Order: sequence, then C-alpha cells, then structure tokens
Amino acid sequence: MNDMTQTNFERALKIVGSRPARPDGVDKVTGRALFGADKSLPNMLVGRVLRSPYAHAKILSIDTSKAEKLKGVKAIITSVDFEDFPSEFVPNGEMVVNMKDITRNVMAREKVLYVGHTVAAIAATDEDIAEQALALIDVKYEVLPHVLEVEDAEKSDAPLLHDDMMTIGVEPAPTSASNVAKRVEFGFGDVEKGFSEADLVVEREFTTQQVHQGYIEPHACLASVSEDGQAELWCTTQGPFVVRNFCSKLLGFNAAQIRVTASEIGGGFGGKTVVYLEPLALALSRKSCRPVKMEMNRAEVFTASGPTSGAKIWVKIGVKNNGQITAGDCILKYQAGAFQGAPVGPGAMCAFAPYDLTNVRAVGYDIVVNRPKVAAYRAPGGPISEYGVESVIDEIALKIGMDPIDLRLKNAAKEGTIAPYGPKLGPIGMIETLEAAKDHPHYSAPLGPNQARGVASGFWFNIGGETSSSITINEDGTVGLTLGTPDIGGSRASMAMMASEELGVPMELIKPIIGDTNSLGFNFLTGGSRATFSTGTTVVESTREAIGELKKRAALLWEVSLDQVEWVDGHARLISGDEPKTMSLAQIAKQAGKTGGPIMANCSMNVTGAGPSLGTHIVDVEVDKETGRVSIIRYTAIQDAGKAIHPAYVEGQLQGGAVQGIGWALNEEYIYNDKGELENTGFLDYRIPVCSDVPMIDTVIVEVPNPNHPYGVRGVGETPIIPPLAAISNAVSRATNKRFDELPLSPPKVLAKLMHG
Amino acid sequence: MSKTHVSTQINGDSYEFLCNTQQTLLDILRHELDLTGSKEGCSTGDCGACSVMMEDRLVCACLVLGVEANGKEIETIEGLSSGSSLDPLQQKFIDLAALQCGICTPGVLVAAKALLAKNKNPSEEEVRFWLAGNLCRCTGYDKIVRAVLEIAAEARNT
Repeated sequence: MNDMTQTNFERALKIVGSRPARPDGVDKVTGRALFGADKSLPNMLVGRVLRSPYAHAKILSIDTSKAEKLKGVKAIITSVDFEDFPSEFVPNGEMVVNMKDITRNVMAREKVLYVGHTVAAIAATDEDIAEQALALIDVKYEVLPHVLEVEDAEKSDAPLLHDDMMTIGVEPAPTSASNVAKRVEFGFGDVEKGFSEADLVVEREFTTQQVHQGYIEPHACLASVSEDGQAELWCTTQGPFVVRNFCSKLLGFNAAQIRVTASEIGGGFGGKTVVYLEPLALALSRKSCRPVKMEMNRAEVFTASGPTSGAKIWVKIGVKNNGQITAGDCILKYQAGAFQGAPVGPGAMCAFAPYDLTNVRAVGYDIVVNRPKVAAYRAPGGPISEYGVESVIDEIALKIGMDPIDLRLKNAAKEGTIAPYGPKLGPIGMIETLEAAKDHPHYSAPLGPNQARGVASGFWFNIGGETSSSITINEDGTVGLTLGTPDIGGSRASMAMMASEELGVPMELIKPIIGDTNSLGFNFLTGGSRATFSTGTTVVESTREAIGELKKRAALLWEVSLDQVEWVDGHARLISGDEPKTMSLAQIAKQAGKTGGPIMANCSMNVTGAGPSLGTHIVDVEVDKETGRVSIIRYTAIQDAGKAIHPAYVEGQLQGGAVQGIGWALNEEYIYNDKGELENTGFLDYRIPVCSDVPMIDTVIVEVPNPNHPYGVRGVGETPIIPPLAAISNAVSRATNKRFDELPLSPPKVLAKLMHG
Repeated sequence: MSKTHVSTQINGDSYEFLCNTQQTLLDILRHELDLTGSKEGCSTGDCGACSVMMEDRLVCACLVLGVEANGKEIETIEGLSSGSSLDPLQQKFIDLAALQCGICTPGVLVAAKALLAKNKNPSEEEVRFWLAGNLCRCTGYDKIVRAVLEIAAEARNT
C-alpha cells in the first residue's frame, strides 16, 4: 500500500479534491429521503415509554394489570423482560460501556436514577390508547435524595447512586462505595520541578455545563419480530452493527436473527451510538408479534438520551518569560450522568496534546450524578479539557506580552513529539494551522469598540476500527458500492469519489449505498471521525482488488499474461504489442460471464493508523456591556484535514463544528430545579445557535497527509468543536479585561462578571 | 370520539381526510397522507423542520390543526419540484453542499422559497433573520445562506 500511497500524495488527482453533487442530494432536497420516523409497516403498533418523575428513587413495585386490560394494548414490558448482566466493560469507539449499566439505562431495575429514566413501555393500536395505558401503570417509588453536581457527588456523605461502586484507579483500593467511578492519569516528567523552573505560573478553575448534541431528528425506530423470532429493525443510528450487537445481547437474540437497516440519519454527533428505543421496540414486537414503531419527542430527547458532561476543571501552566512552557498540570472532574462512563479519559489524554512538553500531568475523575447517562458528543471530552488549557495559554500570552499564536508556535507539537498520553506523534499539522491563522487577513483586521479577538487550538485523535465494504462491477460497466458506516454528512459522495479516482470511471456511474447488517461483515459505527478514513481505506483496497480482477479478465480475453496488462483511466491497456490496444471497464464487464462470472471484491479489516487532526480558530466578538450579550462578529476555522476528498463537505464539518462550539460557549446548558427536573426541555429554552446568531464561517483547509490512508485522509468531523469554547472565552476576556472561567457566556453570567468582577 | 371530515388542496391536488380535533396538520401530513417530507423535530414550533405554506403563509405544520386545513391550499416540500425538474433552489443546495444530514433541508427550502417570493433582493441579514426559525445543527448555516443569496442574485440577473 505504501508505494501507491506515495503515488497518490504526489500524482494529479481528477476526482478527489473536487466538489461533485452528492449521490443522495436529490432525495434530501425533495423530502424523499426516509429518516427514522418516516417508515411504516402494515398492522403496525405504536410504542410509548413510561418515564421516571423522580431524579432518584427506589422502585418498590410496578403494577401493569389495569393497563393490560385496556382494549388496544398489545404488549407491556418492564425490567422483568430484560436479562441482567454482570459488570463488564467493553470499548464502544471513544467511549466504554458496561452491559450491566446499559440494561439498567434502557429499562430501570432496582432504582430510577434520573428524571426521564425508562420504567416501562407499552405497544398499543394507537397513540391515544398508548397514552391512556401509560397512565394506568401504577409504580410505587421510595424517593431518595439526589445529587446533580460533581462537587456534591464526590463528598463522603453524598447520596450514593450505586451502593456497590468502588473507585477504580486509586491506591490503596477503597473499601467503601462512592460516586467517583474511576480516576485516570496521563503524563510524564516532573511537573513540580517544571513549575519551579517557571518565570510565571498561572492556575485557574473552570466550570462547563451539561450540553446536548442537539440533532434535529429525534430517536426513532421500527421493529418487527415474527413468530419464529426473526427480527427486522429500522432505526436512525450511527452504527447499525453496534445496534444489532447491543440489542441481541440485551434481548437474547443471536446476531443473525436481527437484521438492522440504518435509516437516513438526521444528525448524531455521537448521540446515536448507543441504544434507547431499539431494544424496547424489539421486546414489544416480540411480545405482540406485530411491528412496533417508537419515536421520542424533543423533551424525551433532552431528558432521556445521552448529552455530554458538565465539568469542573483545574489547570496550571508554568512558562519562562520567552514563552517556553515548563510544565502543565490539570485535574478534570466530569459528570457521567447516572452510570459511569464520562469521557474524562480522552479529555485527559488530549488536554495538553497540541503541545510539545517535558513535564505534563492530566488527572481525571468520572463521577456519577442523577442526570441522564452521557453519550459521545463530537470529540467526547476534548472541548472541556482543552477549553481550560487554551484559556490559560491565552492568559499567559497576555501576561508575558506575547502574541497568542506565537506562544502556541513556540510550544507546538510536531512530528516526533511524545504526546502526553504516550505515543510518538507522526506528521501532524499544529504548526501549519497556526501559521495559516497568522497569515490569514482575519488575524490582522481592525477591530471596533467593545470588540476583541480570541484564538484557540484543538487536538483530536480520530479513530479507525473494524470496517467492511464491497464493490460490484455491473454487466453494463456501472459500479455498486456497499458501505457499512451510515452517511451523516456526505460520506457516500467521498466513497464514490475515491472509487471513481481509482477506477477511472465517472462518479455518476458509481452507486454507493449503506448496507444492512446482513450484507457486510461487522462495521464499527460512523463516529470518531472515522468514516472517510476507515471506510475510505476499505473502498480503495477493494477497488484495487476489483481492478486486479478486471485486468485478469482482459488478459484472458487478449490471451496474454497478466503482467502484460495495465489499468489506465478506466481501461485495461496492453503494455507491449505493435499497436496500442485498450478495453474499457464496460467492455470487460459485458463479457464477465465468459471469463469467470461476476466481478466483485470486498475488503474487511481492522483499520489502524488514524491521524490526529489539529485546528486553530480565530473569532472576533463584540460584548454589549449594558446587557452582557456577546455577538460573534467574524469567525475563521482552520484545520488540517490530511486530504480533503470533497472539500465542500470538509468545510461543512468545520463550519458546523464551529457553530456547535459557539452554542456551547454562549448559550447552551442543562438547567435543573431543586427536584432534579430539567427545566429547559425544548429548543425554545435550550437555545442552539440559529441562523441570525452567527456570521459566515470562513474556513482554511490545511493538508498534511496522513501516511496511513491511501489519499492522506485524517478525519475532520470532531476537531472543529474543540477550539470555539476557549477562542470565544478568550475574546470575551480580552474585550472586557476580565478573565472568564465559566460557560456558557450567556448574558446574565457575562453581566454579573462585568458588574461584580 | 367522532372525527371531522376535512377537504383540502395539497400541492395542487385535492385531499380528503378524517381527523381528530387535536391532531396537528403535521400529524395528518405524515401519518394519514404519507407526506413524510415535512419532518418533526420538536412539535413545539421551535425547529421549523415541518415548515409548509398555508394560503401563501409560512407556518409550522406542528402548530396548525388538521381541521384548520379545511378549504385551504397547502404547499409542502413534495410540491417544490415540478415533474423531473428540481426547483433552482433545490439544485443550488446540492451544488453548494448546503445540507449535511438533510433533516432540516425540507423546512429550510420551504422557508427560503417563501422569503424569495416576498423579497427578491434579500440582504444576508434578511436571509439570516428569515431563516432564524429553521434550526440546522450540521452546517453552521454558512452554505445555506450562500445558496439562498446566490439564487436570489441569479433570479435578478435573468
């Protein structure tokens, strides 16, 4: 692969790097595309969920007898319909899950642990009957004291969510239970020695609030289990194979019994990587032997899916007067929600990863609280820890009178740097994005009154993982691609483009589809910025195998040896011979029946070698000192993509990630009352950025190729949500001459700081 | 509960349906008439994914009752293209990559079309405030706004 890799980095590309129409474009602009809630089946029932009204309570009894008697109710399930599991941690992309917890999160057993926790579910012939039936289920609770914040939850007298949970990762091992699930630590060197060598040490505490991915499409699914136990599941998910495995484990199906088909997916951002409704719909359908459709409403999405952690963090950085960082240290305390699994591990790993340091330490704590269990959210854990570090870097730059980009350049990680989490970094684009930021006209543009400019950088690992895809050469010379990672932001286009580039046939002749779980080997989910990298790798590999087969068929037809045939621009070409002889892909395909049968290839592998992607963002803000309102005046997002296969969709990732980060920085937060009830369960009060809140988002794509992908792809989806939090906070701090250390920077919080300091 | 008989025009065609008085127009479109192009993102009028035109007025179908459609003319995303021709705005969204996941796209297109019918020369600010009722979580709005402005400019030049 390496030889061809080099060729690809250097050769002129025809398709890769251009901006063709996406294959699913017409379906998406006409309303034809079918999302999770858009499909129905004959004889279908509607499923509804009974949810906990309490933040923390023991379930004493559940009586469903009255509901069962209601005409039209076809199935009711509670925890007795789910088998229990011992505690066992399994990796799920950038997160870790435990089946003991998953089964309890899907359906509460001994206790309810947050308002919205599922207690029972019903399938009925229509919505009205289902709603009436929910009201007839009699649940007796013993209400327990609850805890919402990490600083309260870690106290020794805090209400315990799990009375058998012992903190992992501390010496000596504790003997009593705690809400602190685990402690992690990364780093090397001697931070105390580093601080003693510093001319300036800055330390600061930061607070961030719980935020939601805010995908516009609520969770939805349609399950159909027949009398012989064969199951079909249609759902909106980032990973149909992952859904299949979760559901088969939870419900005692085998993997072949459940065929999962991913619908078009209306946004995920990490939130559609685990299961909520899917096992309920399958269990209800298995009981009733009728199709069951379930949809969450928006309030259910906010209260009962998986937002990301709010956190308390402490950061300390020492520098020489010349800007050389002598040590970096941080402590991160992340909310896990009701079950352990906050993304504090990756948060701690990447906190200082943009920098080349000799003394560095990052300590993280995963702390359970009576909030919904967190799920992945775009670069899970990264925006929080890097917000703290990038804020302190900015404060240092001001204090030593150094340009904040120069300070970052002086300490930037580069190829060969030992990352704080262990490995030696390959080629990365930190310096390149910083230089592009410095050179960008935005960085030197004049500012108006009450305006200031902030910058921040971001690092994210990206991942590979198990991937399988296939290619078929049709008899008429067209090409089919079957892919196993759902297309959330245009990946079908980039896969078809890579196949087109390799084959030398126009992209319009290539039809990419997302296969169901019976059509390919296991695919890990679309997440970790891995789809274009991992699925792209398998597409290129299988396309090259198909080209090998096409050459073989041409050699057969020409009656020459295989080494006499090369592949050029969609044609087999005879290398020697008196006159140039070529045969098109379509001509070879037409005769496939005579030369050995259908031509197809697949590639299944565990893709490794994902390349970290670095970004640097520049933002200008204006602070209204009367109201505390912060306006985004100008924004530029710069990122190393490795290689942009379809630059328009790479820009889209940068723009969308930046605006999600703007929401996190300025408005978004979960607001709880003293009963532990979420008070802002709709988009009116949980305000994600609207069109009039933001300016155009300028982008610069830097390309430092990842040597482990045939075209140099790194993966771009996650990094862009990291820099905005600190970039905006830094800009607001500079505009007001006050150092802000709490998100969101909503008008009341900004005004309070301006008035009281 | 007895149902109400409703006669309406949707995308120029006659439709009749029976509905409960509490059913929304969105519910009717999606569940009774299989017009699933209008999406349900919130059911509280905050996200705009169910934007449709009723009597030339832009509304959230989740905030209109099915019975209110009686005798009215409704336009949905399914009526935006004609025959095999996409509306230029639809084509522009594809050309400029003004969509990622696509769930907000039908509502955004219906709303943008309504703006251009009222205002042939909108400024960027006017586009942004008009579309402020259509949430998009993927794109950051940049390419959506550019697509609308480009179509307006092209329409003025032809």
